[in-house]
Amino acid sequence: MVEYVWLTIAFPLIGVLINLFFGRLLEDAFSKWFKRSEVTGFIGSVTVVLSFLVSFAIFLQALGIEHFSHQVKLWDWITIGDFHVAISFLVDPLSIIMLLVVTGVGSLIHIYAVGYMDHDEGSARFFTYLNLFVASMLVLVLSDNYAGLYVGWELVGVCSYLLIGFWFFKPSAADAGKKAFIVNRIGDFGFALGIFLIWSTFGTLDYMEVFHEVGASHGEFASVINWVTILLFVGAIGKSAQIPLYVWLPDAMEGPTPVSALIHAATMVTAGVYMIARNNVLFAMAPNVSLVIAFVGAITAFFAATMALVAFDLKRVLAYSTISQLGYMILAVGVGAYAAGIFHLFTHAFFKALLFMAAGSVMHAMKGVIDMRRLGGLKDKMPETYWTFLIGAAALSGFPLITAGFWSKDNILVKAFELQQPNQAFGIILYTIGIITALLTAFYTFRAVFMTFHGEPRDKNLYDHAHENRRVMTLPLWILAIFSIGAGFLGLPSKLGLPNWIEDGWLYSVMAESHEILEHAHHFAHIGFGLEIALLSISAVVALVGIFGAWHVYIRYPQIAVDTARYAGRFYQLVLDKYRVDELYDTWIIEPGKGLADILAKIVDMNFIDKTLVDGSANSVRGLGHIMAILQTGYIRNYVMVIFVGIVVMGVYFFLL
Amino acid sequence: MGIELPSLNFGALLPVIIVILTSVMVLIFDLALSDKRPLGWISFVGLMFAGGAGWIQQSMEGFDPAFQNMAITDGYTHFFNLIFVVGAGLSVLVALGYLGKKGLQGGEYYAMLLLATSGMMIMAAGTDLMIIFLGLELMSISLYVLAAINRYSRASLEAGIKYFLLGAFASAFFLYGIALIYGASGSTNLNGIGEGLKAVPKGYEALPLFGLGLLIIGFSFKIAAVPFHWWTPDVYHGAPTSVTAFMSVGAKAAGFAALIRVLTVSFGFDGSMFADNWHVAVATLAVLTMTLGNLTALAQNDVKRMLAYSSIAHAGYVLVGVVTGTEQGISAALFYLMAYAFMNIGAFAVISVLEQQDAIGTNLEEYAGLAGHHRVLAMLMAIFMLSLMGFPMLGGFWGKVYVFLAAIEAGWIVLAIIAVLNSGIAAYYYLRVIVHMYMSPVSDQSHAINLNSAMQVALGLAAFGTILLGVMPARIMDLAASSGLFG
Repeated sequence: MVEYVWLTIAFPLIGVLINLFFGRLLEDAFSKWFKRSEVTGFIGSVTVVLSFLVSFAIFLQALGIEHFSHQVKLWDWITIGDFHVAISFLVDPLSIIMLLVVTGVGSLIHIYAVGYMDHDEGSARFFTYLNLFVASMLVLVLSDNYAGLYVGWELVGVCSYLLIGFWFFKPSAADAGKKAFIVNRIGDFGFALGIFLIWSTFGTLDYMEVFHEVGASHGEFASVINWVTILLFVGAIGKSAQIPLYVWLPDAMEGPTPVSALIHAATMVTAGVYMIARNNVLFAMAPNVSLVIAFVGAITAFFAATMALVAFDLKRVLAYSTISQLGYMILAVGVGAYAAGIFHLFTHAFFKALLFMAAGSVMHAMKGVIDMRRLGGLKDKMPETYWTFLIGAAALSGFPLITAGFWSKDNILVKAFELQQPNQAFGIILYTIGIITALLTAFYTFRAVFMTFHGEPRDKNLYDHAHENRRVMTLPLWILAIFSIGAGFLGLPSKLGLPNWIEDGWLYSVMAESHEILEHAHHFAHIGFGLEIALLSISAVVALVGIFGAWHVYIRYPQIAVDTARYAGRFYQLVLDKYRVDELYDTWIIEPGKGLADILAKIVDMNFIDKTLVDGSANSVRGLGHIMAILQTGYIRNYVMVIFVGIVVMGVYFFLL
Repeated sequence: MGIELPSLNFGALLPVIIVILTSVMVLIFDLALSDKRPLGWISFVGLMFAGGAGWIQQSMEGFDPAFQNMAITDGYTHFFNLIFVVGAGLSVLVALGYLGKKGLQGGEYYAMLLLATSGMMIMAAGTDLMIIFLGLELMSISLYVLAAINRYSRASLEAGIKYFLLGAFASAFFLYGIALIYGASGSTNLNGIGEGLKAVPKGYEALPLFGLGLLIIGFSFKIAAVPFHWWTPDVYHGAPTSVTAFMSVGAKAAGFAALIRVLTVSFGFDGSMFADNWHVAVATLAVLTMTLGNLTALAQNDVKRMLAYSSIAHAGYVLVGVVTGTEQGISAALFYLMAYAFMNIGAFAVISVLEQQDAIGTNLEEYAGLAGHHRVLAMLMAIFMLSLMGFPMLGGFWGKVYVFLAAIEAGWIVLAIIAVLNSGIAAYYYLRVIVHMYMSPVSDQSHAINLNSAMQVALGLAAFGTILLGVMPARIMDLAASSGLFG
């Protein structure tokens, strides 16, 4: 089955072709019987579901096989001298788990979008982009070399641009699309440099060959690896929305909600985490860089959580929570817990897709209103949305024992706590930031739950309009809800004697080499049973306290929230304004950049380059062209004359020289 | 007393034989059928069979000389046969879609096209100057007729006459060149010439050198190299568009096939003083051809005429690959010709769809806003234009990359720089078409567009080939590199 892995990419691409060229035609043809989005959405969904089925078959084949790793080469893509790039895929436990997440969650999002987009005229275009997004992400996770990784990396960037700006007639959406693309480009620049450095150092872009060379080396690549990992991480900062390049993600809300779900859960932002986990050998050999990565992740997690505390836009709360959760994943891969990072990515994909789609369900029912100050009391009107959202929120908060988020987040926190290189203090600091963030997470998540679904309806008109959505939208929610609970049991803490299938079983072979490197460096202290229980209990208490706090503030004594906001005054306003980071960038980077561009454009370019160099050379070349054209008289006698001259010249050359 | 018949090895020339038999079949069926369209499909099927025969030959081991070293079917021949089958097959489909509109549907058209194709195949397979000349004439005479086949059009007749007169002129030079070389080396066989020339004493090289010069001039006519290109714009413009598509690809490739074989086999041997001479001569031709072709194309407002000049420029790029004389350069030239076959026929196919009467519908102004009322056609044209321009991830891009890279590695740095500058200039006139199609308001002169199924297949295949060569160039490059010319 594994040799058919290319089908997983081919199916969505077929969907792209059909919807791109025939989407509108098919919609018109079936318009008597089906809504527009049902026709193209059916094609889009079926192709991704097929892709999922292939992925699942590959998963079943790989199950129980140790060191499952296949390179499936389709063809040589580029061969120029020594530079070889093949269209070739690496199928191993890491890429399989990504395959399952991307196609599985992707399928549900596609199906949900059939219902969500039923009022939109542009559904053919929407599903074209959506399928392309999935295909791009699969290229990213499946490629067995950095060139393919980069192609996928850029393709998801393009798709995010197209989808965030899907409603391009809204200036805010068009701007958000541009912002996402440009901010990502900044990260991509570093990423590309990293790949160039890999190529110039190792002479190959194949993962396996690079890892092999690194593994066989004896420290001679140490400084190169430091630079490579820094540059690759710059790419991850952009794509996985870490400080300072996280600013694009909250604005990405301007796209249709299924897009947000796709970007935040299954594709795009997970790319950075995946990339670091894929290169775990390199990152394990760069402990100092890794420590920086861990701190960037931890600080991002905390910082984003504070912004989520005060946001009133439900989707924005979720967006900040994504940045925060990505911070956890980056923290995990930074401290060397690669499997823990992927495990959190895995569980997060389910509950974040669930939360977004449930929020979208609210938005769909409320005529596009998503401001929580106008919502409230929706739990009886939209019971299915409410219950599924509640399950997702519980998972995000880390509600103890029964939710996936609890286990995967705790796994990361324990690993951070265990860190003892270069200094145990760093581990404690990282853990502390993580656990405080966990408290904030539980609080803001349930703040959103209570403000949206509980209490009195704040806008009576909207409330009366509200209704539960169609089955095509709620069914995916229930499926995701099941996984938001169940997925956690794949990675229980092994220190308690429980099976941690994902870390010790499934992903073990991928991480084995870096695991050995870290063990050798005494990277982790191994805590005992008792401490583990203690840490688990702290996590559990923190989550419950956060939830209780939200209930206390927003249901029992709503006045507290108002008072606190007034009391905190300017600081509250600062957080509400997202720390004015956007304004900071605007003042210090964008405006000076525009000024410089203005000077260059109006003075240097328009006068000198454009008028003199460009127009000058173009005019002279075109003038030459017109002169040459005159030679073409149409008379054979002239032609023969010139030919004869040519022959004489050639004769003279051969005879005399 | 028995006479021992020489072993002819017909099998080696199977593709040629299939094509000729098909043309005979077309002529016979022409008598019986009143609807001429099946003849086109017969031709297409025949060409596919010829391609299949080539495929089978290729899978067999060893290269067979045939007709007593008059011809050979090596990997080089196979590769060119593939180009000819692609070029002729697409041209037949374009003709099926185009001729009906012009009232030209007829058996003689397809028969002539197939005969020309067989001539091209003979040129590529020939290892004797006489056989190459035979193929050249078979191809040329068929093409003269094809150029003039629209007997109701003055432009078409003029094109035929011009092509014929200048072509006859060129053939004379070519023959004279053969005579001089025979005089100097005592052979017309390519290997024999090489052997003979080694024995030419120092100081007596003028005779074979002049012969070589005349041969190069003869080929330069066929590949439309400057300053022997004069017929090209007039003929390409005047001839029916389906003929132009075929000529621009097939005749050019055939000219290159024979030119490269002659230069490398007879004059390229180690230590040959001729090698230095022809390298410089061909490099001069390449520079002139690229530059003049591109500059003049800039000044054109008629798309068909613009593509005529562009085809001259492309011959220049291929010549850059030939100049190197290295295996890498020759493979690159072969790859280029393959990519050119797809993208250029595709572009001419779009032109033929839009063309109405003589020279109406080929002006750039009439492409304005095409994207507005025929999205697919505009997109295909954009693909072909971008590929011709050398836009990444399309066939034309890799053709240029390989050729330029080969030139650099063989030490022709200045030549490579000139070539790159030229492809920069060329971007202007290719992009101009796209700008007109996508960014201008719809022209009020736009006509109804009628795409029949044959034309759809032709356009689809051409676009598919263009993209395929862009996505998996390494495969085709392997095929070109294993062509066996370098043993």
